[in-house]
Amino acid sequence: MENEEIIAKINNFFVEDFEADETSIVPEANMRKTLDLDSLDFVDLVVVIESNFGFKVKPEDFTNIVSFQDFYDYVIANSKQVENQA
Amino acid sequence: MNRVVITGYGIYSCIGKNIDAVKESLYHGKSGIVLDALRKEFGYRSGLTGYLEPPYLKELLDRRSRLMLPEQGEYAYLATLEALKNANLDQDYIDKHDVGILYGNDSSAKPIIDAIDIIREKKNTMFAGSGSVFQSLNSTVTMNLATIFRLKGVNFTLSAACASGSHAIGLGYHFIKTGLQDCIVCGGAQETNIYSMGNFDALSAFSIREDEPTKASRPFDRDRDGLVPSGGGATVILESLESALKRGAPIYGEVIGYGFSSNGGHISNPTVDGPVKAIHMSLKDANVQANEIDYINAHATSTPVGDASEAQALHTVFGDTNAHISSTKSMTGHECWMAGASEIIYSLIMMRDGFVAPNINFENPDEYSAKLNIADKKIDKKIDVFLSNSFGFGGTNSALVVKKYKD
Repeated sequence: MENEEIIAKINNFFVEDFEADETSIVPEANMRKTLDLDSLDFVDLVVVIESNFGFKVKPEDFTNIVSFQDFYDYVIANSKQVENQA
Repeated sequence: MNRVVITGYGIYSCIGKNIDAVKESLYHGKSGIVLDALRKEFGYRSGLTGYLEPPYLKELLDRRSRLMLPEQGEYAYLATLEALKNANLDQDYIDKHDVGILYGNDSSAKPIIDAIDIIREKKNTMFAGSGSVFQSLNSTVTMNLATIFRLKGVNFTLSAACASGSHAIGLGYHFIKTGLQDCIVCGGAQETNIYSMGNFDALSAFSIREDEPTKASRPFDRDRDGLVPSGGGATVILESLESALKRGAPIYGEVIGYGFSSNGGHISNPTVDGPVKAIHMSLKDANVQANEIDYINAHATSTPVGDASEAQALHTVFGDTNAHISSTKSMTGHECWMAGASEIIYSLIMMRDGFVAPNINFENPDEYSAKLNIADKKIDKKIDVFLSNSFGFGGTNSALVVKKYKD
């Protein structure tokens, strides 16, 4: 999957599943604040990632993710690993 | 001791999605029962059920709130929204006062079954999602509504099978009467999804008059063959008279009596003595005589044994008094955990508008119901005091007496 495709997919579930305003999703913005995520939302985020990108998420993975860009980078890196293993 | 009045009521049921629509159905004897083909495919002995249109809440609640609500929670939310509105209770008032919630609910089957199916398939509990546990608990309605409406008073669920909603109101009455609370959201909710009633259907307690769905629920009728499951949400706002007057709130009725008892016998077979005891207790608490009751909303669910037992209990207490009796379950089916609350609302509507709703499908009495003054048609009548009965599995009985408010 190309990087642009991954980012589009991520943004799509933020809009569809998390009902985020599309215009608020900019790479440098703080993801947690922009989407008003609480601890329960992270459960749903894990499910969405595992369902869409096929890799297992550990709760501690989220510790270093601040911006949307951090999140894109995290998903892209792990997706590539899955592809390479396939 | 405080006087306890009803300052708001709201409902979402199979005979109407709000008070006005329900009034029309009650007045015209309209049934909300349908035959659900999916139940038959699923393995139900009876496919009959009350039908409720799924609520659309996207414009009313945020994503997080919606994720937390199971089916019956959605009904309860809409009923509570209507009740708060006609009680003139806005969020600003609620934020500044300790408004409580006591609600009857005794199951939440679908979220549990859905979650287990997913976990079995994925071998990963996280796939159940963040809302599942909050939807699954019996206290799902109170935990959700207390969160949505930011309630800060008493907050718990009452589970007492088909008397849950009635006991919730009875308990709320006592909390206010004794001065522990000034205002409590009380009610009952019942799910209707295909998973919720399979094990009840297994007892062969449901009517199989599937060729005539609207005639299937026929409490007290000689040819009744079982109940029809149903559901929804029903909310009343209980308030101390002092608080209601101070707010200038509308007053729809006054709760004056609550009686309860336990049969202390079989888990599903009813008795005559248990209900008689609860009714006597409610009348004593209300300080009214049997002949002062104008209308009785019977528990009668349309089962052969249950209705016969209640008919004997009613005859024992009321003898030849003139109270008209009807079971609104003839139209709604058995709303189970919700019934005790919804039937208070049905009776409040009748008291407000001066009529007794018909016990539809009452065509021929049996030896017990022949002794009762059952309203087989709508009767225009002034109602000043009514009694509402609710009985449940395990022999739990509840009786509430409500009076038209007078200074």
